Amino acid sequence: MPAKRPNNPARELLFGDLWEFDPAPETADPNIAPRYQLFINGKFTAPKSKKYFDSISPRNEAKVSEIAHAGDSDVNAAFEAATAAFPKWSKTPGAERGKYLYRIARLLQDRAREFAVAETIDGGKPIRESRDFDLPMSAAHFFYHAGWADKLDCAMPGRRLEPLGVAGQIIPWNFPLLMMAWKIAPALATGNTVVIKPAETTSVTAMKFASILQDAALPPGVVNIVTGARETGAAIVGHPAAAKIAFTGSTAVGKWIQRELAGSDKRLTLELGGKAANIVFEDAPIDQAVEGIVNGIFFNQGHVCCAGARLLVQESIASEILHKLKLRMRHLRVGDPLDKNTDIGAINSLAQLQKIRDLVQGGIRQGAEIFQTECRLPKKGFYFAPTLFSGVSSSHRIAQEEIFGPVLSILTFRTPEEAIEKANNTPYGLSAGVWTDKGSRILKMSAELKAGVVWANTYNKFDPASPFGGFKESGFGREGGKQGLLDYAKLA
Amino acid sequence: MNRLPITKTPKCLVGGAFIRSESGRVYPLQDSSGEFFANIPLCTRKDLRNAVEAAAKAFSSWSARSAYNRGQILYRLAEMIEPRAEELVRAIMTTQPDRPAAESEVQTAIDRIVHYAGWTDKYGPLLGSVNPVASSHFNFTVTEPMGIVGIIAPEESSLLGLLSMILPAITSGNAVVALTSHARPYSSILLGEMLAVSDLPAGVVNILTGARADILPTMATHEHIRAVYACVGKAGRTEIQKGCAESVKRTVFLDEEKTIDWHSESAQGLDKIRSFVESKTVWHPIGN
Repeated sequence: MPAKRPNNPARELLFGDLWEFDPAPETADPNIAPRYQLFINGKFTAPKSKKYFDSISPRNEAKVSEIAHAGDSDVNAAFEAATAAFPKWSKTPGAERGKYLYRIARLLQDRAREFAVAETIDGGKPIRESRDFDLPMSAAHFFYHAGWADKLDCAMPGRRLEPLGVAGQIIPWNFPLLMMAWKIAPALATGNTVVIKPAETTSVTAMKFASILQDAALPPGVVNIVTGARETGAAIVGHPAAAKIAFTGSTAVGKWIQRELAGSDKRLTLELGGKAANIVFEDAPIDQAVEGIVNGIFFNQGHVCCAGARLLVQESIASEILHKLKLRMRHLRVGDPLDKNTDIGAINSLAQLQKIRDLVQGGIRQGAEIFQTECRLPKKGFYFAPTLFSGVSSSHRIAQEEIFGPVLSILTFRTPEEAIEKANNTPYGLSAGVWTDKGSRILKMSAELKAGVVWANTYNKFDPASPFGGFKESGFGREGGKQGLLDYAKLA
Repeated sequence: MNRLPITKTPKCLVGGAFIRSESGRVYPLQDSSGEFFANIPLCTRKDLRNAVEAAAKAFSSWSARSAYNRGQILYRLAEMIEPRAEELVRAIMTTQPDRPAAESEVQTAIDRIVHYAGWTDKYGPLLGSVNPVASSHFNFTVTEPMGIVGIIAPEESSLLGLLSMILPAITSGNAVVALTSHARPYSSILLGEMLAVSDLPAGVVNILTGARADILPTMATHEHIRAVYACVGKAGRTEIQKGCAESVKRTVFLDEEKTIDWHSESAQGLDKIRSFVESKTVWHPIGN
């Protein structure tokens, strides 16, 4: 039998400022143009609106580039190009369509470092994540779906998959290039053409990606990229030539889109917000669980729809987990996302930073106990220290609303039934985590949790072969796997 | 002396019990010769809410049944209806006097029950998957029923049409609240009487009668209904989708303005079951 754990907490090694990290900036050239046009019908096209907006870097608030603001007539031109390209593209043999996707995957791998740096500069995520997660995963999505293009008759027994037409796609700013890959790859594999809009604050890698489409010699009009803000998105949603709308973003906007499309017969998939519970039982491997909790909430500054934002800890180990979590959080390096040692980078925008601040203030006002690590945040740019709330009850705003930032709320439970009840007590249902050593409990919990993805003894894992998407108000439709493919096809 | 026959007061099926509308309102139904046949309940949104409550109670136990058990219960339903086929034929003929058409409708309806009885333990492996992820994880996707499915049945086909919409939903363990045909409700009411004495647990299928205008808006917005399956025209689709957006509800439509061949093989099958299940993906590390 292992020796009984002493009651006094694990000793902490405090180095203070004795060993400072040297800066380790990533220096690869991101090759960002001073100005980006729209990508319509295979060409970079100046917007008819003649309007541009600045994209600034959240790491230091410096201007990165100027982005075209697509107006209604630009969106119209994009749909015309996509509609014109559809007959030929949809009749292109699957094996040939697949080869274009393989090319895109390869070209993305070739330029992965350059894209990773651009992603970090434009969006603020740590270079470690854009380099090791966003880019490889984006390429993997194209590689995976490339292989589907000539095997569409195998996805649904007894049925053939046929393309829908032009897919209008709107993506968020948290994983700009990866979300683009999630949207474009299955749409093209199934023979659809695309009009896609990246988020206003993160358009740079989307426009860089357009150059890859040119290098891959993808036929003009198959993918059209229009940049802009809310009105541009609304123009896509309302465009009569769209056969399908695919949206990833907030639940509020998702509901608006569903209402807008009422009576239109357009297909719709929504991947919306979440407020995932990460549930830790007393028999869990504690150190692994602590790593999983940290990864679950602080990955990508918490700008993750499936972030493990509500930690549910069994009461008997709550103080131990809290203690270890605080220790672990002290070692998180917050700062310049271009630094290779940075764990937590910049908050994507000032608006998002203010939203996080508001919700955190609300948590304090409602009586939850706040813990923040002492870290020196850069003077310029948008940063927020990793934050933990204990003594949170289910009714608190910080336990109900999606914060989309590095803020963790801790609640406790006594029995598995109580954990399930608390975990499911939200209109969302995107993801959940379960930490326990007991296999039967994992299977029981994953069956009872109303969530589209359940991570057991792990968290925030993704793969193009693994379907992702939500229950309830987290949206409908899946992305990835054969399940995701079906959402871009009609059955014949 | 001619005996005066006993006429029946048609009732709705909610939570396994036969109910009249809480409103006390009815509408008269004429038979095909224009004679008064019966007063049919005009259900209200309150009746719908009660039915949703009954469905919610039934859902937890119905969805927890084994696939084998659900299959047996559905097959048992077909066994019970087969000897009573003539009753259903005559029920259809009250408003649609074409006997061969009515007989054919009943036969297809019974065969459709058998078809779905066989699906209960087969759709799972066909719609789910074990996913070959690149990291060292065991990763699988299973399907789960959504919960409560609201159904607006076709006006034309009140037995076969209604059953064709109910069956794919309950096959995977959903519970159903259905509004049947306003013009031809009687065969649905008789079907309800047969469901009530089958092995199907009370509340798994609830059948309301009445006017769409009274039921449809609440069915669209009721937060506990997770999907709406409706045979309606464009105006109905618009209204339902607008209401469903409030709780991000799944919608599946059949177009009432087009002719639907309910006898066709394409009116049944795996893709219909898929419309009312959620995919759930579970990850677990592989290691010592």
